[in-house]
Formats: sequence, structure tokens, C-alpha cells
Amino acid sequence: MTEPVLSLRNVHKSFGPVEVLHGVDLDIRAGEVLALIGENGAGKSTAMKCLAGYQPASSGRILLDGEEVSFASLHEGEAAGIVLIHQEFNLAEQLTVEQNIFLGRELRRGLLLDKAEMRRRSREYLARVKCRVDPDTPVSKLSNSDKQMVEIAKALGRDARVLIMDEPTAVLTNAEAAILFEQVEALRATGTAIVFTSHKLGEVKQIADRVSVMRDGMVVQTAPVQDMSEDQMATAMVGRDVSDLYPAKAEVAADAPVLLRVDGLDVPGFAEGVSFALRAGEILGIAGLVGSGRTEAMEGLCGLRIARADRTEIAGQSVQIRKPSDALRHRLCYLTEDRKLRGLLLDKGMRENLTLQALARFGGLLIDQKAEDAALTRAIREFDIRAGRRDVRVGNLSGGNQQKLLLAKVMQSEPQILIVDEPTRGIDIGTKQQIYAFLSDLAASGHGIVVISSEMQEIIGLANRVLVMRQGRIAGELAGEAITEEAIVRHAVGVGADPKERAA
Amino acid sequence: MASETVNMPERRRKLPSMSVLGPVIALLVLVAIGAMMNPNFLGAGNITNVLARSAFIGIIAVGMTFVITAGGLDLSVGSMAAFIAGLMILVMNAALPVLGVGVPIILLGMATALIAGLLAGLLNGFLITTLGIEAFIVTLGTMGIYRSLVTWLADGGTLSLDFGLRTFYRPVYFDGILGVSWPIIVFALVVIIGEVVMSRARFGRHCAATGSSEHVAHYSNVNVNRTRLATYAMLGVLVGVATIMYVPRLGSASASTGVLWELEAIAAVIIGGTVLKGGFGRVWGTVIGVLILSLIDNILNLTDLVSPYLNGAIQGVIIILAVILQREAKAKG
Repeated sequence: MTEPVLSLRNVHKSFGPVEVLHGVDLDIRAGEVLALIGENGAGKSTAMKCLAGYQPASSGRILLDGEEVSFASLHEGEAAGIVLIHQEFNLAEQLTVEQNIFLGRELRRGLLLDKAEMRRRSREYLARVKCRVDPDTPVSKLSNSDKQMVEIAKALGRDARVLIMDEPTAVLTNAEAAILFEQVEALRATGTAIVFTSHKLGEVKQIADRVSVMRDGMVVQTAPVQDMSEDQMATAMVGRDVSDLYPAKAEVAADAPVLLRVDGLDVPGFAEGVSFALRAGEILGIAGLVGSGRTEAMEGLCGLRIARADRTEIAGQSVQIRKPSDALRHRLCYLTEDRKLRGLLLDKGMRENLTLQALARFGGLLIDQKAEDAALTRAIREFDIRAGRRDVRVGNLSGGNQQKLLLAKVMQSEPQILIVDEPTRGIDIGTKQQIYAFLSDLAASGHGIVVISSEMQEIIGLANRVLVMRQGRIAGELAGEAITEEAIVRHAVGVGADPKERAA
Repeated sequence: MASETVNMPERRRKLPSMSVLGPVIALLVLVAIGAMMNPNFLGAGNITNVLARSAFIGIIAVGMTFVITAGGLDLSVGSMAAFIAGLMILVMNAALPVLGVGVPIILLGMATALIAGLLAGLLNGFLITTLGIEAFIVTLGTMGIYRSLVTWLADGGTLSLDFGLRTFYRPVYFDGILGVSWPIIVFALVVIIGEVVMSRARFGRHCAATGSSEHVAHYSNVNVNRTRLATYAMLGVLVGVATIMYVPRLGSASASTGVLWELEAIAAVIIGGTVLKGGFGRVWGTVIGVLILSLIDNILNLTDLVSPYLNGAIQGVIIILAVILQREAKAKG
């Protein structure tokens, strides 16, 4: 076996106090395709960024041809022949395709740009990836799949020794993915080392030579791809104990009234034909990969984005929800996954944030500040918000306290049906437990709760029933004992409900 | 005021930040300088004069405070004022043979100004919110349009109110109650209502939320577009109110009416501590900003210490200083 071109040795990476990589070892060899798989948040993207010199490792070594290197910037990485294609594209939107392909390494003849040569080569690279865009088109006018192809054309132009791609097929159609794989094969044949991440285990099986499985910031298994079935890959990605972090699940009475019934919900571009029902006292989990349309479907349901449904019923009554205020009037409330960008006004105090969504409940023409203050006092006590001062800027609160404030804010509207999206993202375990307990109590008091989460454990620990979304549709439903990480992952990546069924 | 006392001890413990104190101190310093330089400065005549002249910009600046707080900007208000003034004069002159000199024709003129202001503000707001064009570009466009329209209406010269009408209308600028002239009374009313709306009403809170983060506001059941539209409409109406006060002063409108008012209004808002990129605004600060700008002008005219030609330079320095103070306050907070 050849010596690795690029390796990570015991690499740790922390963001502030949070360590996301705990000693990662990876080897990338010339003429080989390595697939890096794992759940969301397992550390795949971070590991790739460390490989490419895009982010410095907190500790550990990066070896290039056996020599230790440290890249001060992405440019040094590129100079060494390592090209990273981001999940979010790294293209200058206002520049043309050709300008992007040669960005930072424009060809010159004397003092002036050699436009003829750049045009010739652009056409050649684009032809190699079978991309039919005109090199003069501004990148902002391209579709996502064309942008991906331009990124690859750009990498071809850089004569990459190591090509790192973060979910390259997430935005591609099957036909486009096939073209990408042809290029990957061609690059492998010329001795390029290739690393990619994917949630589609089928394509991992098809294109990779080796698979490294990451879980919780560590590589838990590396094996030649022929030695692992897709089921084994899915099992390796998950498999943890659910501790007593979660409150005991209450049974939902069989005759509990249906609070919410959604039929044929379409959110253009994100979700199609989403139908489900939610009973009083029930916690319904919605799982699926990031980008599966979970968030968009629920935002559409709550009137936060353009959507259409065949029929929406709340407490047995047919309702039309076109804007956020319609949802609130029917006591349907959504807690956003992005507390900093969509949830809280970081420049304002807790009082203004707490009451913003339900301001009409606090006074008439003029705001009743006394009532607001009383509500804040109640919220601080009920949600155990720990702030040094009452008038602290919300941006200065810790993530956990921000999340508790956000939950308190949403509760000011007194929802009967509460949809929480990633309710514990980026917060400590103690706060997580408090939030789980709160959601559980809320359900026990007859509310209906929908929990969207990328954390499998959270879904399994909380939900009475789970819907798994995949590519904008509900791919499966699990209840009771059938809710396992493996089952969820299988539905999420499209492997099928259970191995026997798939074999049949 | 029991509601106020709940939080008072906590808030009062530390001194207000420089962004609050700065404009107040600057205003006091200016008053002291003025009083030392010229004994007439604190005379009733001069004070009335300064306040009455401040009223036009001041009324507009109160509206501008809401627009900027909600994350917008309006460059068209000066031209809009000129256009409304021209339109008002044309309408009143045209109605003179029918209505004759009297209260009805004045009311007609006032209604014209208010409706024209409302429509002009709605137009700006519609283009900005519904069509999603940047406020700077939209209002730069309408600024040119209104300026050009008034020049065209006046055929390059001056539109003058009929002499008889002017005599009848004059008291609206020059008279008042108990020696306080109408523009000052109207200005004070606009400020009081504006301050209450900004700090105590739902609309003010929604403006600040919209300017602070459009996304958060949207996810918090704030109708972002309607809030923005309302700020532009309100500013338009206030431009109409200012014009109603302005027309009787000179009785005419021309291409040079209201030139640079938009920048003076924006400057007053910024000096007063409202954040240019939106999210935080205070109406009382805007009033102080307006007074600072007019006092500089007044002091330079009353004294011969510095040439009045340097007025703009001093105002410029004050604006930049105000923004530096704001930034320091933010860094600390």
C-alpha cells in the first residue's frame, strides 16, 4: 500500500470551550477515494477543514508526504496542492465562471491578462465536467448544481493532488452526480487523492475505496469499502446508549383528541406532500438529515414561508394559515432553530425580547411595562434564566440562557401546539435536561409538541412517535420500540425500513 | 408611575452612557457659549426665532427617526417638501376664484399638503417594501423626481401664493398662543406624540425590532413590510405638516426650497443617538440634535468669533463626533 499523501494524527479541534474533534487520525492516499461518513455534528466538516488548512487544528499533527506541516491559510494549502470544495460554495457571485476558475491565479502575458488562454482552458475544464455553462455567465445566475461543477472545474485548473469535497452530491441530480463520479474516477486514475463526505451510503459504496466512520468527533472505524455493507455503515454511524437525560415517556391515550392534522403540505422547493396528525399530550419527533426539508415544512405550516396545504385542521376545525399571526391566533407556535439570527434581538434586553412575539397581550395602544416586567420575573423563575442583571444585553447571555429565554418568549403566546426546532443546539447538558423536562411536562399537561432535531438521541429520548424526512418527503414513521437510531438513519439515507424488507 | 419605580434603582445606579449624555452636554455647552458671547442670545426673541426655524427640520426629523430606527432611510424629504409647497400654492391659487380668501381655502391647502405627503410617503414605502428596492436608491430617485417637478411647476422660477391669501395665512407661522408661535406648538406636539409612540407603543417596539433584525422580527410575528411602510407614510405626512408651517413664512416655493433638509434631518437624528443602521431610536435625542444644529448656526450669526461660512464645517465635526460616541457606547455595552 502506498504511503499516505496527507494525514491527520491525533488532531483535536475546539471552538471556544467546546471540543468538536477528539483526536482524529485519517490517512489519504494517492489514487484512492476515501469516504468520510457520520451523523450531523460528528465532526466531518471540521476534520476536512483541518485537512485543507482552512482551520488550524487546536493540537495534533498534519502530515503532508510524511512531513509535518501547518498551513497558515487556505492559500498555503492550495499551494501545496490541497483543494477543498465547501458545502457552501466558495465562489465570487458577481464574477463570471471564467473569472472564478482563475480567481487568485489569473494567467498573464506581460502585464496584461492572457484572456485567450484563460478562455481556452476554462472551456476545456468545463467540457471535462460536461458543464454547458458559458464562461462569461456570472456565477450568481447559475443553479446550485452548475456551481458545484464550476467548483470542480476550478479544482481541475489547480492541478490538485488532494481534492476534498464536503457533500458534493447534496445539491446534484443523479445524472449530475454520475458525471461527478466519472470525473472522480478520472482524477483517481491520474493519482489524485480524493476525500468526500456523503449521507448517501449507496454512492459511498459505489465510488469510494475506503470508508472512515466518524462519531462524536472521533474516527470509530476505517475499512475498505467492500468489507462494509450499507447496513454496517449505518450501524457504525450510530450506536450509543440513551442515558437518563430524558424524562420518562408518558403514554399517549388512544382517545386523546387530535390537536393538529396536516394534509398534503407543500413548501415549494423544500417539501412536498407532508401529512401527519398530532394528538394532545403527544411528542412527535421529526428526524432527517439537515436539508431534508424538516425546518422548511414546519415554517411553511406556521405561515413563516410560502406554503400550501390541502387541508390543515387545528382542534378539529379547518384553518387557513397564511401568515405568522394566523398560526398564533390558532395557538400554534414555532421555535426557530437559529436563535441568534431568527430568534432573539441580540442588541436588546430580555424584556423586549420576551414580549416581542406576544406584544398585543401586554397592554393596548401603549405597552404595559409593569406587566412586561412581571412576565420577565416569572420567566426568569420558571425557566431558570441565569443573567447577571435584568437589563443585560441578550447577546451577552450564554447559549443555554438564550435558548431558555427563547423558549420563554415563545411560551408568552400560550401555544396549544408547540413546534420546537433543534431545541438544544449548542447548549450544555444541564440546560438540555431542563428543556427536555419542560417539554415533557408541557406534553403531560395536554399540549401537542413537535420536536425537530438532528440529534438522534434527543428524538429517541423524547418522542412518542417519529417521522423521518428525506428529500422533502416523509420517508417513514416509527413508533414505540421501533424508534431506534438505526431505523431512523435507514429512513433518512433512504436504505429502507429494515434489512429484510429491503432484501425482499 | 409605580411601573417605573420597579426598575429604577437598577437603572439609575450607573451613570447614563456617553451616547445619552453627549448630546445633552453639547447642547448645554452651546447655550453657555451663546449666552457668554451675546446678551441677546437668551432673549425671548432669539429663542423663539431659533425654535421656530428648528420646527420645520424638527418635525421632519421626528418622522425620520422612525424610518431610520426601522432600518430605512429617506433622502427625498427636502424635495418632497418643496414639491408639496409648490402643489399647495398652485391648488390654493386655483381655488381662490371659487372659495375666496378665508378659512376654507386654508383648510383645502392643508389637506392638499397632508394628502400629498401621505401619498409620497406611501410611494417610497411601497417601492422599498413591496418591490424590495433599496431605500437609498428609491429615495435618491424620488428626491430627483420631486425636485424636478417643483422646478417644472414653477417653470424654473418661483411659485408665489396670491398676495391676499398670503396676508391671511401669515399668522399660521407668525402668530401663536401666549407668545409661543404655531410652528413651535406643532413641533412640541409632534415630539411628545413621537416620543410616546417610540418608547411606549407597540409600533415603536416593532420599528426597533425590524431595524434590529428583520429575520427575528418576522419570526416574532412582526409584519416587517407593514411596519416599514408605515414609517415612510408617517414621515410623508410629517413633511406635509412641516410644509403647512413653512408656506406662510415666505409664501412661495421654488427649486431652492428645502434644499439639503434631508441631510439636516438625518444629521439631527444621528446626533441624537439613533443608530443609522437601525434598531434603536429616540425621539427626544433627535430634538436635541435639531437644536444643536440650529444653535450652531444662530451663534455663528450672532457673534463674529468664527465666520458663519464655517457653519457646515462645525456641523460636520459634530456629526462625526456623535457617531464616535455611539460606537464607544456600543463597545462597552
